[in-house]
Amino acid sequence: MPQFPGSCDEVDALLAAGHVGDAELLWHRDRDLKGVDAVVVPGGFSYGDYLRAGAIAGLSPVMDAIADFARDGGPVLGICNGFQVLCAAGLLPGALLQNADRRFVSRQVQLSVETTETDWTAAATEGQLLSIPAKHQSGRWWAPSELHAEIADQDQIVFRYAAGGNFNGSLDDVAGVCNEGRNVVGLMPHPEHAVDALTGSTDGLVLFRSLLQGARA
Amino acid sequence: MTHAPSDALPAPRDLPAGAVPEGDAPGLENAKALGLTASEYDLVVQKLGREPVQVELAMFSLMWSEHCSYKHSKKLLGTLPTEGPAIVLGPGENAGAVDVGDGWTVAFKVESHNHPSAVEPFQGAATGVGGILRDIFALGARPIAVLDALRFGEVDGDVAHPSLAPSVTEPSSGVGGAGDTQAVPAPSIGDDDGESGRRRSRFLLDGAVRGIGHYGNSIGVPNIGGDVYFEGPYETNCLVNAMALGLVREERLIRSAATGVGNVVVLFGAATGADGIGGASVLASAELGADDADKRPTVQVGDPFEESKLVECSLELLELDLLVSLQDLGAAGLTSAASEMASKGEVGLDLDVALVPRRMEGLQPFEVMVSESQERMLCVVTPDKVDEVIAVTDKWDVHGTAIGVVTDTGAFRIFDGDAFVGDMPIPALVDDCPLYDIFPEKPTEPIYPAPPRRIADGLPAGDALLALLASSNVADRRPLFEQYDSIVQSRTVRRPGQTDAAVLMVPGPASRFSVGGGDAVGAGHPSPAPEAGSDAPAGGVGGGAISGVGVAIDGSGRRVAADPYVGTVWNVLECAANLACVGAEPLGLTNNLNFGNPEKPHIAWQLTEAVRGLGDACRATGAPVVGGNVSLYNEGTTGPIYPTPVVGMVGKVPDVSITAPVGFAAEGDLVALVGAFSPQLALSEIAKLQGGAIPDGLPAWDLERTAAAIAAVRDTVREGALSSCHDIAEGGLVTALAESVLAGDLGATVELSPYAQDDADGRASLFGEAPGGFVVSGTAEALATLAERTSVTVIGTVGGDGLSVRCGEQTADVALSDLREAHAALGRLFA
Repeated sequence: MPQFPGSCDEVDALLAAGHVGDAELLWHRDRDLKGVDAVVVPGGFSYGDYLRAGAIAGLSPVMDAIADFARDGGPVLGICNGFQVLCAAGLLPGALLQNADRRFVSRQVQLSVETTETDWTAAATEGQLLSIPAKHQSGRWWAPSELHAEIADQDQIVFRYAAGGNFNGSLDDVAGVCNEGRNVVGLMPHPEHAVDALTGSTDGLVLFRSLLQGARA
Repeated sequence: MTHAPSDALPAPRDLPAGAVPEGDAPGLENAKALGLTASEYDLVVQKLGREPVQVELAMFSLMWSEHCSYKHSKKLLGTLPTEGPAIVLGPGENAGAVDVGDGWTVAFKVESHNHPSAVEPFQGAATGVGGILRDIFALGARPIAVLDALRFGEVDGDVAHPSLAPSVTEPSSGVGGAGDTQAVPAPSIGDDDGESGRRRSRFLLDGAVRGIGHYGNSIGVPNIGGDVYFEGPYETNCLVNAMALGLVREERLIRSAATGVGNVVVLFGAATGADGIGGASVLASAELGADDADKRPTVQVGDPFEESKLVECSLELLELDLLVSLQDLGAAGLTSAASEMASKGEVGLDLDVALVPRRMEGLQPFEVMVSESQERMLCVVTPDKVDEVIAVTDKWDVHGTAIGVVTDTGAFRIFDGDAFVGDMPIPALVDDCPLYDIFPEKPTEPIYPAPPRRIADGLPAGDALLALLASSNVADRRPLFEQYDSIVQSRTVRRPGQTDAAVLMVPGPASRFSVGGGDAVGAGHPSPAPEAGSDAPAGGVGGGAISGVGVAIDGSGRRVAADPYVGTVWNVLECAANLACVGAEPLGLTNNLNFGNPEKPHIAWQLTEAVRGLGDACRATGAPVVGGNVSLYNEGTTGPIYPTPVVGMVGKVPDVSITAPVGFAAEGDLVALVGAFSPQLALSEIAKLQGGAIPDGLPAWDLERTAAAIAAVRDTVREGALSSCHDIAEGGLVTALAESVLAGDLGATVELSPYAQDDADGRASLFGEAPGGFVVSGTAEALATLAERTSVTVIGTVGGDGLSVRCGEQTADVALSDLREAHAALGRLFA
């Protein structure tokens, strides 16, 4: 799990990943991934996000190593700012724009699992509804119509906001997507904040448990 | 960035005997322009044995300002109780701290950023959050939560339901202001009068909320609660108070005292610029005039990314045990931070402003000393550890620089390279500012105008309830708090809107799971999310209870305007009542006293009475004061603000899985009115909507009995016996019932006899307000248990899809959908 200056959900993600295995932080200036089996790129405001969300983190040394890892088929999950970083780094399709109302919104949302054919949703069931918090100001997923049609066609839309829950104006209600290899997944809501009934919900655990399924069907 | 090797560290300077600083003395007139009085200037001359030169005058004017010296409030504050079994750190350090068990302490403090926010709301509020966070991590504590208390002028242009408009659109016949003041223009619906003021209040609200969100969300500290009120007297002087909590092992708390002659003073964080020169310290000590725009350049600009690095760097420096002491730079910048450190350690300092990294050219030495550039920290380090300290600061890109050295001279000596530019005894700067008596006198005339009338007298109860729910002081706060991240750090067990006080698990979630312990935890912990209402224990791993803290912040100014003593007691009790709903027992309290000009007798009276009330209420609730802040001179162009003591309280929750939510939880549960509750219409929110003047004085009540009722509710919540628990506040019993219906998405049917004093028609019983009352739901057995300790009146049952109330002549039958629509009224302010 890379830690950028300005990351803020990395400890939450570390805790969540700890439910299914050992987890550790990777410093943003390092290229060494220390032999991990999977990478979570956490939420937050990497490098302050003053240029554009995720823009600078996408260029960091650790992201070079993560890109190689992803290209070799390693499972990578980008959450919120991490999703923005992976899009900025070209590892995931589309872009994340300012919310339609240009405000930061923090809200529990219902997500629908659209495909279980990824490293991060293998343990879920298609159509399963997950109660997971979202909190962001730049989470409106967008892609040019050709790209959108292509990824829809190839079943790369992994999560959608459930009916009526698309608060940020994302194209086609898209909340998360995957790459062609289906090993890299990004989503705006925070599954790492839905791993404990005490703090609200355990619905996010299914993403982390999916890793334990090993090979996808 | 490179840094000086250790052999070139700053060393105490040898000066010839009798050396005096260079430069001319700016003299008395300049001293006055900087806010010193003639007699204060004379005292400075006496302390120095000569007239102060420029750097010295700038530093004295700041250190002797109200903001730094508390010269009008220090004597009063000395009367507050500051000791208790849980207190680890009382007033005097950057923040106070209480023991929360197992060696963990929670540090907390509230502070104001009122005047900067009135000038530029986004940056003013953002840097307010940044400043209070620095106070917390300056103690070595990791910031774990922020709360805020906001006060603005009226934002409502008219009533939400035009059918409720008064047939007569004149202000109530109550009171004019004290002579020329007219904070709230005469209301009349459809009239543009006052719209510009309301537009400005909406602008300030929007900017402050965005600023608080921007800073807190970016830095990864959850915003877990707050309160907001809209009242005319805040229109030209809004209030932005921010509270922060931090977590630290008791043995790792670090103090700010500079010690050890020869130790090195290292500055790290942002470079120093001209922002905030004469900022908070001067702004905070003069009433706001019409030329606020001229003050814009003095407002500081915040950078949460820089602060986020500063937090991690500071905590790493402490983890590695590299520091002697640590202090944040806030109001009065280096001047205040360095002299406070030296004063606490009873040492002297030599400091070279030429070594301070700048972000602009041409800064004068005095400007470096008083700059309020944000996101900077100062630490004292033994010479052998300076290289290591600077290496850690470089790792976090908050490059540290050695700028001074601890001496045995007892003097603060300022150098600019080789030039000697200032020399002041530390005690003269920090301790010798004269303290002033204030001369309280109860005003003979009302100070504040009556609020504008928004609804007719005697509306049917259902219509009055809808008008209340849609009014800005009662409407759902969700449109505000949804702009804040309330869950980062994974400690937040109860979020805003779920319970009357926020609940955090402390020390934190890590202790709850065997991190890295394989899948047993994850797979074996599939319990569903707790229903909003049930609050059944969520099955703590390993069976042990997860402990935590409950936190609330409160402080209605209108009730304090009516009666500074009783109103302040009420604010403290309300905080304690909020805590009771989550089973939290008060450990300590922080306060921010927002008042007008204390040199005026009626303001002095408000302040004196409020502090007396605060002390009595602290003793009654068992919550000693751990520290706080005073913000005086809050007067705009139209008169003083409502006197507003904001109270933040932290309490211990033995098992965070057992709390009572606001919302009704189960059909068939009984609904009860609980507590020592004697509501009055005179100061109520409904009276405000009807244009009622603020009463002169409030009835006192039995403080001990009310506190005992709150404790009884707390203990019953802790037993897990109650399905819901909500304290009765603005809008009275009927509003509290509606809020429980809304939060639980479950209706209720209620019937009771009028119980308030002189309440033949039941109006005061439904709409009246007082401290100490709760709306509770649960089983008959649970309520019977509670009835053994305090007054419990069963008034109805949970069920249905609306709220139905009968009380004397009052009847209300309102559908849930209508309640919900009215309650969502604030959303339009952020559309």
